[in-house]
Amino acid sequence: MEVLNVPTMAEYAAKGETPEILFWVGCAGSFDDRAKKVTRALVKILNHANVKFAVLGTEESCTGDPAKRAGNEFLFQMQAMSNIAVLNGYEVKKIVTGCPHCFNTLKNEYPSLGGNYEVMHHTQLLQDLLNTGRIKIEGGSFKGKKITFHDPCYLGRGNDVYEAPREVMLNLEAELEEMKRSKAKGLCCGAGGAQMFKEAEKGNKEINVERVEEALALNPDVIAVGCPFCNTMITDGVKHFNKEQTVKVLDVAELIAQAKGL
Amino acid sequence: MIAGIIFILLVSAGVVMFTINVKKVSRNINLGKDLDRKDQAQVRWKTMARVALGQSKMVSRPAAAILHIFVYVGFVIINIEVIDMFVDGIFGTHRFLSFTGGLYSFLIASFEILGFLVTFGCAAFLIRRNILRLKRFTSNDLNGWPRTDANAILISEILIMSAFFVMNAADASLFKMGSHHYTVSFANPVSQFIMPLFAGMNEGSLIFIERFSWWFHIVGIIGFLNYLPYSKHFHILLAFPNVYYSNLNKPGQFTNLESVSNEVKAMLDPSFTPPPADPDKPMRFGAKDVKDLSWKQLLDAYTCTECGRCTSSCPANITGKLLSPRKIMMSTRDRLTEVGKNIDLNGEFKDDGKALLGNYITAEELWACTSCNACVQECPVNIDPLSIITDMRRFLVMEESAAPAALNGMFSNIENNGAPWQFGQADRLNWSKE
Repeated sequence: MEVLNVPTMAEYAAKGETPEILFWVGCAGSFDDRAKKVTRALVKILNHANVKFAVLGTEESCTGDPAKRAGNEFLFQMQAMSNIAVLNGYEVKKIVTGCPHCFNTLKNEYPSLGGNYEVMHHTQLLQDLLNTGRIKIEGGSFKGKKITFHDPCYLGRGNDVYEAPREVMLNLEAELEEMKRSKAKGLCCGAGGAQMFKEAEKGNKEINVERVEEALALNPDVIAVGCPFCNTMITDGVKHFNKEQTVKVLDVAELIAQAKGL
Repeated sequence: MIAGIIFILLVSAGVVMFTINVKKVSRNINLGKDLDRKDQAQVRWKTMARVALGQSKMVSRPAAAILHIFVYVGFVIINIEVIDMFVDGIFGTHRFLSFTGGLYSFLIASFEILGFLVTFGCAAFLIRRNILRLKRFTSNDLNGWPRTDANAILISEILIMSAFFVMNAADASLFKMGSHHYTVSFANPVSQFIMPLFAGMNEGSLIFIERFSWWFHIVGIIGFLNYLPYSKHFHILLAFPNVYYSNLNKPGQFTNLESVSNEVKAMLDPSFTPPPADPDKPMRFGAKDVKDLSWKQLLDAYTCTECGRCTSSCPANITGKLLSPRKIMMSTRDRLTEVGKNIDLNGEFKDDGKALLGNYITAEELWACTSCNACVQECPVNIDPLSIITDMRRFLVMEESAAPAALNGMFSNIENNGAPWQFGQADRLNWSKE
């Protein structure tokens, strides 16, 4: 696979320069095979748009989100305070995340611990790049395809960001159709609150199956997501219904990268 | 004269009893931990106007919203009639407010139309609960007293309204008859349809019916008022302060525990001296019992009217898990009421060997939550069940080390290698070269 241009904060600091924005990759984006593809797609877009970005690389560590949702406030604050020390050390002002959980934690829960940054979810950055003309899309491979967007809880309800991913996808000239439970009424994929890292409690159905059933009822070509955990859950749900050949689960960043042929 | 004295005694007793019970509820709520919700007064007033007064979050379910607005608006406006009845009750006047002339007739006509809508709304609510059996009203959460409570409220409201109609019908019949005391003419668009039932009745019977209905209506109102503190129907009063003191932060933001910050700072920075602990308040991380929750979380519990919108939108509940956010609120109130009774009995709280966690709410419920905020979003009066779930998870994890094994694995991964999975931090940038 091609080697991407991914500068680190340390490299920038060594040159005495500061990047426009820090790309907070997140644990899933760094280690999960599916999420790594999203990370690479986003980096290709950033490079294509000539965004001066950097990552922390090996200096990045979990934001503490799953620990916090699970109730381990100690571990969360340990992570938060050491991350803040690193971020403040580099005098970071602006952060884009590839994950709504990192986004929510950095944006809302770091300030009172001493970490104040302007934090964007990657769909917001994409919206910004499209609005300012730094990336342009004309048609592309998703033209006329039916796409439905699954709202990540920590982007939508958690932070009232509903329009950014939708506005980005408008550029695809695709047919965007909403599920009945969307935006503020969106149904969780089942991974939040640290559920990603444990077995579900006893019930009569898996949450991702309930959600994917709703999405598949629209006969979409693509179920779009904006979160690595949703991506896993929805992908598993699509497999549960043996639909993986006909229905793709793609992150909004991948949609844009693919539409641009990146 | 005697009627006046009885009336005054009755009303006074009602008001005194209500005050005593409200004070008890207020004491119970104040058992909760401090929390500053006095900031941003302007935003708070606006939120209250929009969400509580304006019912803005009700509209997401239009049928319930319309029926509820009938009952809500009717209830608020018809209570102007109570002024009339109070003055009449004390001074023996007849329809005191009638000095307003044409306006009075208009008011009574409006009350009757609103009263009809209230009755219609309550009847429709009874049908939804007992005949259509909507899922959120038939679930196990409501077994026993809560279901009885709901029906009792609706039937009481119908009875109180019916008394109002019967009273007006009897009054209008007496006026038509030229009865000595009944000298006020008013428009009665609804109760006129009851009047044919009274045709041929003598004056004495009509006066009895009119008086009986009058007393039934006013005693009903006082009784209803005193029922509120025991009932889910308390929401008609508490919705307003509860929305005023809403969490104004983004729902995704969880609180950062200050007690933890002090410990973590001390660990990371040896020169940091944590503020001295308050010996009166033993430190506990998270919540085991109601006293570990904040006063706002306890106010939430008293405000909940058990509509179940939270539970019907909860992904865990939808897929058959034990968790029901409504039940979290109901359990919190039940336990708080129990603690309150314990204090009433013993002068101060005497350990009863019980706690909210364990006796009322189980770990299985707590671990089913995805923290998706759907319950918080749905609540028409800005109750936050998620914050209670989180605080109880904190207790389980930090005080009892009782997290599910898989989560303990995740914790140690984060601690050891900075990611919830077993991948080394040194490999964090490998994706760029793959």
